[in-house]
Amino acid sequence: MKSVSIKNNQTIPLASIPELEYSTFLEENVFSLMKSGGSHCVNYYGFPDEGKIKLICCIAHDESNDIKISSCVVDAKQACPSFTKHNLVFEKFEREIHENFGIAFTDHPWLKPVRYPFNRFDKNSNVDGYPFFETESEELHEVGVGPIHAGIIEPGHFHFICNGEQILHLEIQLGYQHRGIEQLFLEKKKLLQRVTLAENISGDSVTGHSVAFVNLWESLCNFQPGRDLQLARTLALELERIAVHTGNLSGMCTDVAYQLGSAVYGRLRTPLINYFQKWCGNRLAKSLIRAGKTNFPFTPELVSELIILLDEYEKDFEEISEELFSMPSVLARFEKTGVITTEQASTIGTVGISARMSAIERDIRSSHPHDLYPELQHQPLIKNHGDVHSRARLRKKEIDQSIGYIRQLIKVLPEEDNKVARLSGPSPDSFSISLVEGWRGEICHCAITDDKGELMHYKIKDPSFHNWLAVALAVRNNEISDFPICNKSFDLSYCGHDL
Amino acid sequence: MLDNLKILFHQGKQYIPDVTTVIVPGIFRGRPVISSEKVNENELMELCPTNAISTNPLCIDLGKCTFCGECAIASPGKIKFTTDYRMATNDRQKLVIKEGEDEIIELNPDLIRKEIYDYFSGSLKLRQVCAGGDGSCEMELNACSNVNFDMGRFGIEFVASPRHADGIVITGPITENMAQPLQICYDAIPEPKIIILAGTDAISGGIFKGSNALNRSFLSKYKIDLYVPGNPIHPLTFINGLLELIKKRK
Repeated sequence: MKSVSIKNNQTIPLASIPELEYSTFLEENVFSLMKSGGSHCVNYYGFPDEGKIKLICCIAHDESNDIKISSCVVDAKQACPSFTKHNLVFEKFEREIHENFGIAFTDHPWLKPVRYPFNRFDKNSNVDGYPFFETESEELHEVGVGPIHAGIIEPGHFHFICNGEQILHLEIQLGYQHRGIEQLFLEKKKLLQRVTLAENISGDSVTGHSVAFVNLWESLCNFQPGRDLQLARTLALELERIAVHTGNLSGMCTDVAYQLGSAVYGRLRTPLINYFQKWCGNRLAKSLIRAGKTNFPFTPELVSELIILLDEYEKDFEEISEELFSMPSVLARFEKTGVITTEQASTIGTVGISARMSAIERDIRSSHPHDLYPELQHQPLIKNHGDVHSRARLRKKEIDQSIGYIRQLIKVLPEEDNKVARLSGPSPDSFSISLVEGWRGEICHCAITDDKGELMHYKIKDPSFHNWLAVALAVRNNEISDFPICNKSFDLSYCGHDL
Repeated sequence: MLDNLKILFHQGKQYIPDVTTVIVPGIFRGRPVISSEKVNENELMELCPTNAISTNPLCIDLGKCTFCGECAIASPGKIKFTTDYRMATNDRQKLVIKEGEDEIIELNPDLIRKEIYDYFSGSLKLRQVCAGGDGSCEMELNACSNVNFDMGRFGIEFVASPRHADGIVITGPITENMAQPLQICYDAIPEPKIIILAGTDAISGGIFKGSNALNRSFLSKYKIDLYVPGNPIHPLTFINGLLELIKKRK
């Protein structure tokens, strides 16, 4: 056995993960496990283990609904041949391992810093000294944008090389948002502190990350959530998807100067997030998801309010969408702008809507379903052109699909589970993985416990980690004035990436 | 064109006529009140994820509170979160709610600099800097300018360039990696200028307090003109705080 096969939200003894020689580890993960089209790397990371570095690689198989886990122990001073040379999807993961531990991947083409974490290996490298790809051409010019941008958004630096108005190359430097979250998961010992941390990983994916955390934690504690908890989590994820997609369509209208669309989608988002406030007291669903319990049961009154809300929303949403997608001045800006081909998307390993807009059927809700998703029999929606228009259309279609799911889910309300099952402590010496399809794409949390059942390592991967490279590739050969709409159409997370 | 007008008509009236008195929907957790009921205070202190609760007498520091409401659920007779969203103040001490207190949080007029009324009472342009914020306060700040809250009607707007701004709104716990860009942005704003901290993360570090990835030295250098608590801030908390700051005379 070169890897152990587990399901989403399964906890296994750490010792059951096969420990391979580096050459076998590479062979297994780069060639054997990645052979089929439905295989993708959901996490690959390292952690300190008795003076050496233990690498753990998690490859998800969409056809068989499982995840293959393998490991390898290396010396930080030992130079290793890279996975990236053979498969580009490992590019960012290897950069992160290099940045954290100093492991040199000899034939990695782009071994640059990822996020300048406070506990980085090379303390001499600083966020203001990023080694950008430069040009010495006298005909081309370079444009630097950020870290602080014009609007109220998060910081990141964009470095363009342009020929006149045309972008030839974009390099994105992140790390400004690094708050040391993974380390805080170990330092803050109370469960409430940890779930609060999960809620604050990325403010637009509160339910995505908090569901990933609580599912993982309950698995570690061998706790089976009742149907009421599962329903609340599934509903919250789909509501968050609708709310953020709506807000995003508003942003895309702003970026092509369609004022009415911007205002209407913007105000359509308001009742959705106000609904979260009615449910749990917070417009962005912070405090809604808790491990092993809920503080805010989903009541019959909330059901009737939700039915009315969706009916009213749908009417106005369909009206403005019909207008938006038939307006020539909008279509002229959306169509054939910021294209990512299917081939590019699979080469760099995009996830979530960034994959599905390029005709890749990648969706945890159907491949590794959790909570009530198995019942929904989710069929991923896809678009084929990979341009801004595909991303906008996909959002519109996903909103319609999610409204259908919510209506289906709230037909029958489960009894509130009154039996007070207390969460025990996490199992000792264990490994657990949790995958959630947030509105942006696949969120992955991994945890390892020590012999006392204390968290020894916590690893978070936001879908943006895979997708930022897609933004950089999408804008090539576009006008620099189209950069905002390209960036907004992906709508990636800075803080989710920087952690 | 006609279609667009039809859509416009179908939206009905969306703006909130009076942002100072409107009642928020649902179970919003705003300013808490603490009763004198006898409870195990240490348990409550132990429960809080961000050490916002202190004892003798029992106090909640809204500058540290994440408004998760767990304390009110554990001890409903002792702590109750009201729907009062007017929580912004310029006096850090006023954010500490003590047992038995049920007073509206206001700005301390003595702490408002004279030039704020003179220069900004009719028009205030702000530059926002996200320094490790998770995007939630940023979304709510954007919402302040949407058709519902419409902050622009008071002459308050966010601008792109610090050169055009009268002040800075900081969100997030201020990461080491953003410390320098924040300083550069602040320096680029012409005098006189104000500083607003929006959200629990900015005021105290929130759940990130104690992380080695933060550098909050910027805050010790300057006077803070407004603290806006919340995780994230509610647009109404922000707008009401600002209105008080620029309209209140000494």
